[in-house]
Amino acid sequence: MNGAKSASFRRLFDQIGPVDTVGIEERVAKYTTRSIKKAAKLWGLKAAVTMVDLTTLEGKDTPGKVASLCRKAMHPSDDPAVPRVAAVCVYPAMVRAARKELGTESKVRIASVATAFPSGQAPLSTRLAEVRAAVNDGADEIDMVINRGAFLSGEFSEVQDEIVAVRETCGAATLKVILEVSELETYDKIRAASFLAMEVLRPGDFIKTSTGKTNLNATLGNNQVMLEAIRDFYLATGIPIAMKPAGGIRTAKQALQFLIAVKETLGDAWLNNRRYRFGASSLLNDLLRQIEKERTGAYQAPYYFSEAAESY
Amino acid sequence: MSTLILKNPHRLVRPTRGRGAPDLIFGDLWQFDPAPETADPKLKARYELFINGRFVAPKSGKYFPSINPATEQNLAEIALATAADVDLAYQAAQKAFDTTWGRMPGRERAKYLFRIARLLQDRAREFAVAETMDGGKPIKESRDFDVPMAAAHFFYHAGWADKLDYVAPGRRVAPLGVVGQVIPWNFPLLMCAWKLAPALAMGNCVVLKPAETTSITALKLAEIIQDADLPPGAVNFVTGAGEVGAAVMGHPTPAKVAFTGSTEVGKIIMRSLAGTDKKMTMELGGKAANIVFDDAPIDQAVEGIINGIFFNQGHVCCAGSRLLVHEPVAERVIAKLKHRMQVLRVGDPLDKNTDVGAINSKEQLSRITSLVKSGVREGAEIFQPACPLPAKGYFFRPTIFSNVSMSHRIAREEIFGPVLSILTFRTPEEAVEKANNTAYGLSAGVWTDKGSRILKMSTELKAGVVWANTFNKFDPASPFGGYKESGFGREGGRQGLMDYCKLV
Repeated sequence: MNGAKSASFRRLFDQIGPVDTVGIEERVAKYTTRSIKKAAKLWGLKAAVTMVDLTTLEGKDTPGKVASLCRKAMHPSDDPAVPRVAAVCVYPAMVRAARKELGTESKVRIASVATAFPSGQAPLSTRLAEVRAAVNDGADEIDMVINRGAFLSGEFSEVQDEIVAVRETCGAATLKVILEVSELETYDKIRAASFLAMEVLRPGDFIKTSTGKTNLNATLGNNQVMLEAIRDFYLATGIPIAMKPAGGIRTAKQALQFLIAVKETLGDAWLNNRRYRFGASSLLNDLLRQIEKERTGAYQAPYYFSEAAESY
Repeated sequence: MSTLILKNPHRLVRPTRGRGAPDLIFGDLWQFDPAPETADPKLKARYELFINGRFVAPKSGKYFPSINPATEQNLAEIALATAADVDLAYQAAQKAFDTTWGRMPGRERAKYLFRIARLLQDRAREFAVAETMDGGKPIKESRDFDVPMAAAHFFYHAGWADKLDYVAPGRRVAPLGVVGQVIPWNFPLLMCAWKLAPALAMGNCVVLKPAETTSITALKLAEIIQDADLPPGAVNFVTGAGEVGAAVMGHPTPAKVAFTGSTEVGKIIMRSLAGTDKKMTMELGGKAANIVFDDAPIDQAVEGIINGIFFNQGHVCCAGSRLLVHEPVAERVIAKLKHRMQVLRVGDPLDKNTDVGAINSKEQLSRITSLVKSGVREGAEIFQPACPLPAKGYFFRPTIFSNVSMSHRIAREEIFGPVLSILTFRTPEEAVEKANNTAYGLSAGVWTDKGSRILKMSTELKAGVVWANTFNKFDPASPFGGYKESGFGREGGRQGLMDYCKLV
C-alpha cells in the first residue's frame, strides 16, 4: 500500500473508530437470550414477513419459477391475516417475468441484483448497463455489490465513485449496497465500508450484508456492526439509511433475534420494511409455520405449507 | 474523533443542523410479553440451622423472615442463631477436622467436591429461581452467571484437591483447621462457593454465615451437601444478622476468618481480632474506575460501562461505578450511554427479559436514594431513563451522573446500586491519578485500542483486577481481591488456595 492510500485508510478508521470483536459478539449473544412470547412473538413474526425480500438467485431460474415466487410473495399463506412480503429479489434477466406476474400496480416490489452479481468483476460500463436494463424492465430496487478489490486495496474513492455511478443510473429505484462482509473479514472493515457507502446514499437506500453466495453471510455480529454504523451516521447527519441482512437467516427464531437487535439499536423507526429487510428464501415458510403455531397452539405437518423453497 | 462525517463531494443531502436534531425512538411499538421463569424453587416454609450435617432448630427458638425484594412478600422463615448455636457449629467443625475431613486424603475430598458441583448443576434452574426470588437479581444473571459460576468454583477446586503437593513448589502444605466465614447478600450462592470450595479442597472445616437477607440458597446448598454425603460437621451454616456474624468471627476456635462485605464492617472485625493469631482475608468495598480513552471501541466500551455498573443492580463490590472518560469523546460516550439505558428493562426479576432487577432490601434502597439526592444537591447532572417501575417492591431506575467532581460524595463513597458517576480526564497521567485517588482498590477497567497503553495502565492502577476492553469477567482460575481499603487476600486460582493453608 503506498503512502497516500495508507493515509486514507488511517484517516477513515480514525474518523469512525474501531470495533472490538469480543465485545460485539458478547453484545449480540444477549439478543439470543431474549424470550419473545405470545402477542409480542406474533407481532414480530408478522413484521418479519413484511420485511422479507423473497429471493431466488439461481442459474436454473425460469420465468415460471419466478412467476410462482411472485404469487407466493403476494399471498404467502391462505390465512388472510398473514401480510404480503416486501419484495421479490431476482436476477436482471427475470425482472420482466416478475413484472408481468405482479403487474404495474403491485404492492410487492421487485428487487434485482445487478452489477455483475455476486463478484462484481465486470467493467463498470457493463455493470451500469445491467442496472439500466433492470430498471427499464421494471425493477423498483437494485441490489449492487461494492468493488471489494478496490476497497481491500485502499482505493476508497473508486468504491464510492462506482456507488455514485450506480445510484445515478438507478433513477428513482431504491439502491441496496452489498458489502459482502465475508470478503471484508473484519468488523473494522465492515464498519468502514458501511460508512463509505452511506456517505453517498440517499435517505431510504440500503446497506446489505452479503450476496448469499459465499460461505459466511448475515450474522448477528455483522448485522450489529452495520446497525451501529447506521445509527452513528443518522445521528451525525439526519440521513436514515436502511438495512438488509441477507443469506443464512433460515428460521423464525433467528429473524426475531435480528429484529430485537434493530429494536434495541435503532429503535422503533427502523422496525418496518422501508428501513429493514431480510434477504431470504426459506425463512418465509418457517415464519408461516410459527404464525400458524401461535394461532393453533400446535405445529402443523410440513405438507400444510408450500414448503420447498424450490417449488413455490 | 471530532466528527463522523467525511467531507465528500458526492453527498446528496446536507447534514441537518440546529433545529430538530435527529434522535432515535425507543418506544412501545414492539412490547415484549411477560416471560417468567416457571421452575419450582422448592422453598421450605422454614429453614433451620445446618450444624453437624443436620438441620437443627436454633437455641433461641426464634426465626426471622426472608423477604422477596421484588414483591415484598415473605418467602420463608430463617432460624436466628445464638452464640450457643455458633459454639455448637464450631465444635462440630473441630470434630470433623480432627476425625474425618481433616484426615481424608485430597483425592477423596475431591470426590465430594465434584459431587457437590454436579448436584448443583443438576438443580441449576431451581437454584437460579430461588436466588432470584431471595435476592432480587434478574433470572438471566442467576441462571447464566451465579449458579454456573458457583458450580465452576467447586469443579475447579475439586481439581486441586489431589494436587496440593504442587500448589507451593518445593514446599508441603497443610490445612489451617477450622475457618469462620461471613458472606454478603449480593451474590449469596456464588460467595458461598468462593468461600467453601478452596477451604474444603485444602482440608479445612467451615462455619459460614450467609447474609440475613439472603440465606436461602446457602441452606439449599446445605441440602446438596447432605446429599453429597459430606462428613457431618465439615460444613456448618449459622444464620442471622450482625451479632451472629460477630460470634462467628470472634469465636476462639477458627484458625482463620474470611469476610466479604463492607469496608466498615471489615474494619470492625479486624479491630476485634487484633492481637490474636488468627489469619484473615478481607474482600471489602470498591469504587472502581472504568477508563475510556478516545481511541477505544466506543460502542463496546458503552456496553462494558453498562455491564460494569448495572450488572446485579450495581450490587457488586468491583462495579465500575466511576466512569473516567477522555474529554474528546465524553459527549459521544454519554449520548450513547443514554440511548443504551433506554433499552434496559427494569422490573420483575423472574422475567427472562429483565436486565435490572430489584434492589436487595429496603435499607439498601434508602441508602441509594439518599446518595443520589446528595449527588443532585452537590450539583452533578442526573439522567434516568423513563422506564416504568413495578408498583410494589424495591426498585431503582438506572442512573448516571455527569459533571461529577472528585470531591462529590457520589464519586467517593461506595453506592452499591445502579448509579454511575462520570468524570472526564485529559491525559493518561490524569486518568491514573484520578483512578487511584480513592481509599479503595479492588478493580479497574481500561478501554483503548492500543495494547501498550493497556499494559502501562495495568501497572499504574492500584487495583486488584484490571480489565482491558471488558468488565466484570470472572473465572475460578483467576485470583480476585483488593488493594488498600478494599481488603487483602485473594480468592480463586492458586493464590486463593494459598490463603487456606499453611506451609509445613
